[in-house]
Amino acid sequence: MEKEQHTHIVKYKTYVFVLIALLLMTFTSVAITSLNLGPYTVSAALLLAGSKSLLVLLIFMHLKFDKKFYSIMVGGVFLLFASVIFITFLDYLYR
Amino acid sequence: MHMSDTVIQNHEPNYLEYQGRYKGIFAWIFSTDHKRIGLLYLYSMLVLFSAAAILGLLMKIELIAPGKTIMDAQTYNSFFTLHGITMIFLIVVPGLPAVFGNFFLPLMIGAKDVAFPKLNLLSWWIYIAGAAIVLSSQFFGDGPPDTGWTFYAPYSFRTGTNMLPAVTGAFILGFSSIATGINFIVTMHRMRAPGMTWMKMPLFPWALYGTSWIQVLATPIVGITLLMIVLERTLQIGFFDPALGGDPILYQHLFWIYSHPAVYIMILPAMGVISEIIPTFARKTIFGYKAIVVSTLAIAFVGYFVWGHHMFTSGMSGTALYTFSILTFLVAIPSAIKIFNWVATLHKASIDIQTPFLWALCFLFVFMIGGLSGMVLGALSANVHLHDTAFVVAHFHFIVFGGTGYAFFGALHYWYPKMFGRMYDKGWANIGLAVFFTGFNTLYLPMFYLGMIGMPRRYYDYVEEFHGPNIVSSFGAMLMISGLVIIITNLVRSARKGEIAEADPWKGKTLEWTVASPPPLENFAEIPVVTKRPYDYE
Repeated sequence: MEKEQHTHIVKYKTYVFVLIALLLMTFTSVAITSLNLGPYTVSAALLLAGSKSLLVLLIFMHLKFDKKFYSIMVGGVFLLFASVIFITFLDYLYR
Repeated sequence: MHMSDTVIQNHEPNYLEYQGRYKGIFAWIFSTDHKRIGLLYLYSMLVLFSAAAILGLLMKIELIAPGKTIMDAQTYNSFFTLHGITMIFLIVVPGLPAVFGNFFLPLMIGAKDVAFPKLNLLSWWIYIAGAAIVLSSQFFGDGPPDTGWTFYAPYSFRTGTNMLPAVTGAFILGFSSIATGINFIVTMHRMRAPGMTWMKMPLFPWALYGTSWIQVLATPIVGITLLMIVLERTLQIGFFDPALGGDPILYQHLFWIYSHPAVYIMILPAMGVISEIIPTFARKTIFGYKAIVVSTLAIAFVGYFVWGHHMFTSGMSGTALYTFSILTFLVAIPSAIKIFNWVATLHKASIDIQTPFLWALCFLFVFMIGGLSGMVLGALSANVHLHDTAFVVAHFHFIVFGGTGYAFFGALHYWYPKMFGRMYDKGWANIGLAVFFTGFNTLYLPMFYLGMIGMPRRYYDYVEEFHGPNIVSSFGAMLMISGLVIIITNLVRSARKGEIAEADPWKGKTLEWTVASPPPLENFAEIPVVTKRPYDYE
């Protein structure tokens, strides 16, 4: 049904920047394991992992340059995932 | 073109006769034609279904009297495990999408094949590999698994039986499911015939659409969970074992986060089949097309959030219990919308009573019993009493076998002339259905009663008070299997000896009825242009 084709060429420079950012965040996530962040340990790890995923999705997987429709679909999936986590924690937090 | 007004004459050989690069069995197992792949799944599943049904019959024979009858406790445990794993992971979860989705989705949306034919063939190969690994657990290692199909922790990593192949096989089967789901979603987004807007798409493809999203989004969770069992058993990591600091209830959460939506993977395509059969034989436009579409998507969506109702007695928090109970009751609304729409379609219709229609009517009857007994189990107070009793077994057999199973056989009788180009013997088909339906109810209805008076599930023995209803139930199992033998014999025999079927024997209005029976290799000589809605009988 959808016929139009749309190509977007990302510059090598952008890819290199993203790669460096991903590597830096990987080193950071390893480094913070030596710090005692107490209750924030998991949040910090998830924040870094989430940021890395977002970069990969937006740049490497071209979500940023694709139609809004696809972003909405991916957003919907994340919302679903968040809802599942939320409901699971209705058990763990109130047990 | 109006759906099905004209039968497209095609001089191409049909898909059964077509001779490609390979010969003999290789022309099938290396074929990327969606119709042949659909039949590959059908034949694989019929073999596995027959084996699992025999296991079920043997279990019911064991239960015909208290004490040991034909097998000991350990054999019984491995029988219900293999019966469950085979029926759930190898038959009802992939069943309708893999067989009828593959065969009819491209035909119904006016496409020549699915979007990724090679991926489609790979899905079947992964399915066969997964099945072989699951079944190998019976013959190698330390004896067949005995955990039940749910592989509950902590028993699943403490049992000495051969767990790893069963769990690994189920993990591999997930890839087949995900690949099929992705294939169908892309096919429906990209390959609908010109003019077929979303609201002109027939309801079986719509049901497949909802199902595919669940397959893609929920299956990875069970994949990871099963992998966690493997790691727990081999490396003693401690995800679920309390002795290692793990939480067994976490396993139940993770398992049911997939396995409850999987119930909707089973039932949504079944509802899609019923939505095809009813208007065709009622000779009437389906009542509330949009309501059925919306309810399909609503079931798929709300179905993600009700998994906890399998765990009401596991020790979850009170807040979680209330939340899951309320959400469970919510799913009943879109399900009821469908039932009312099907019944409303029949109102004042000129009904042509044929075998597929009778299957659809039986579906409505048994699905209603299954659904309403689900409401009983969804209520927290009743669940405490009925959890892990024969009542639950009766409920899910009414839903899974009564829902998906009846729809599967309904679909087989509905689309059989299109698939094989021949018609089955309608008299024997009706006799088979009557015997099967009587056997089915005689088998499972007493189990509701047995559960209510306290008979636990998954025991090979019981106290004398449960004897009477168990005799009735075991007799029902024998009757039901006799019905299945009649039905399958009739279908197998008719594939070669049945009368030649015309292109549109039921006067259907969707696109699959516009091509010859059996369909030509590439389905349509010219891609049709759709101008009207499906089920346009006015």
